[in-house]
Amino acid sequence: MTKSTLQTADTNDRQPETAGFLEIKNLSKAYPTGNGGEFVVLHNINLTVQENEFVSLIGHSGCGKSTLLKIVAGLERSTSGLVTLEGREIRKPGSDRMMVFQHYSLLPWLTVRENVRLAVDEVLKDASRAEKASLVNEHLAMVNLMPAANKYPDEISGGMKQRVGIARALAIRPKMLLMDEPFGALDALTRGKLQRQVLDIWEAHRQAVLMVTHDVDEALYMSDRIVMMTNGPAAQIGEILDVPFAHPRDRAALRENPHYYELRNHALNFLDQHFGADD
Amino acid sequence: MVQLSIMALFVALSQATWKRTKLVLLRDTVLYPALGFLGILLLWYGIASLRHELMPYPHEAVINNLDFITHPFYQGGAGDLGIGWLLLASLRRVLLGFLLGAVVAIPLGFLIGMYRPALLALNPIIQILKPVSPLAWLPIALAIFNLAEPSAIFVIFITSLWSTIINTALGVSSVSKDYLDVARVLEMPSWRQVYKIILPASLPYIFTGLRISLGIAWLVIVAVEMLTGGVGIGFFVWDEWSRLNLSSVFLAVFVIGITGLLLDVAIAQLEALITHRRTPKEG
Ligand SMILES: Nc1ncnc2c1ncn2[C@@H]1O[C@H](COP(=O)(O)OP(=O)(O)OP(=O)(O)O)[C@@H](O)[C@H]1O
Ligand SMILES: [Mg+2]
Repeated sequence: MTKSTLQTADTNDRQPETAGFLEIKNLSKAYPTGNGGEFVVLHNINLTVQENEFVSLIGHSGCGKSTLLKIVAGLERSTSGLVTLEGREIRKPGSDRMMVFQHYSLLPWLTVRENVRLAVDEVLKDASRAEKASLVNEHLAMVNLMPAANKYPDEISGGMKQRVGIARALAIRPKMLLMDEPFGALDALTRGKLQRQVLDIWEAHRQAVLMVTHDVDEALYMSDRIVMMTNGPAAQIGEILDVPFAHPRDRAALRENPHYYELRNHALNFLDQHFGADD
Repeated sequence: MVQLSIMALFVALSQATWKRTKLVLLRDTVLYPALGFLGILLLWYGIASLRHELMPYPHEAVINNLDFITHPFYQGGAGDLGIGWLLLASLRRVLLGFLLGAVVAIPLGFLIGMYRPALLALNPIIQILKPVSPLAWLPIALAIFNLAEPSAIFVIFITSLWSTIINTALGVSSVSKDYLDVARVLEMPSWRQVYKIILPASLPYIFTGLRISLGIAWLVIVAVEMLTGGVGIGFFVWDEWSRLNLSSVFLAVFVIGITGLLLDVAIAQLEALITHRRTPKEG
């Protein structure tokens, strides 16, 4: 690929003037502690994600990234504040926001295909059997899992399990994809490949993505914006970094771009600054 | 033990160095078990030589039992049946009581595992009743039913309850939150979560409970039949003893043991079949 793909993306792409697809307003989350007090995890979070935007969430361990993602998924309730998707308040889990779980969360008694099929059966009730079957196959093929379709989760590698999780999430055609460190448990080589696959899929069918990560390079490579959180307790959004490289992106070309290193250093400095600040 | 040996066989079969493993295989699946049996036989000979007026030698026991062994399904009128019939009668009681027990225990276990008030209400009762010997229920059963047959089945039913309830409840309450989160994100209604997520996730626990229950039930039926009489392997043991016919008692002990083992293997096979999982992983 040539360097021309790295030109700054047209800002009209993200249409910042329209109301957000996902809106998080003044969100706070506290857990009650044993002695009657409360432990504030997230404090006054405000974030908007557009309909076809890839947003990364980065921050030190324990600052509340998973908590934020779970609140958007509807698996946790916020203590105060409002989360809306297309203007409607999020109160409970829904298949319009599908999650790729940090620890795969595959059902071990089902094969790879059955795991994806279960999600499709559950969500796309009106589809015919043939439609469902082809949808499952299409998404298994998309993440190169056809050869392993009839294997059980404990018979496949971690990278393959993560791909099943991704196929399962994509197969039900969610409006928004929530990924909690989807590549965290993988070795560097597999991680690179899988990042590419996911990015390919996303570039082909753009949609809203919120991805938690620990890895600045991953965030820069994949996302349009990087939300950097301050340390907990009472974590806030410290800074939002725009990543102005156009899609489709090429990793090698990115690495030769000086702007890439500016952003990278900026993000790393932010994280260093906040490292251990509140411990 | 049979199961272990079969597993050892599979493991050994998949090895590449076939020649060497053949010897190891022979040693592990034939030689050592044979040595164990030989030891028991020697012990038997030793004890029999001390009290030979009461205790037959092993070879005498076989000869005395030849009739039983060669004609297990002999029918010589009332009370004169081959040992196969006796075994079947006992098996029928055990399986009936056990199935009734499972039908009651599994739903109860689900209730206790999923609904805290049910746990709080039922746990004390279970904890008190569980350590009671199932035989203590026999007089109560006889008072209720007035008949030996349903009473025996009732005792087995009670026997089968506790382990299955406790293990089912444990399995249900320890279903990983991750699995339930998947179901919630997919907006699966909770009644469907019960049989699509919670049931399959807790099946291994349920089967552990069933296996323990069936094992105890098979232990208990022999004692129950000794007390109630009638057709059955337990009463056979008692009857032969009162005729001072120890050879037959030994035969019965052997048959009871093998049957118990087969029951355990059968339920393990059933588990493998239902959970669709091969126990040893190939490759
Ligand atoms: N159910 C809970 N009850 C009480 N505290 C909780 C609960 N869940 C999370 N926390 C606390 O909330 C904080 C944030 O947790 P969270 O899992 O969101 O962190 P994270 O940013 O995802 O960390 P990591 O990067 O290590 O995954 C932690 O301090 C954690 O101890
Ligand atoms: Mg986390």
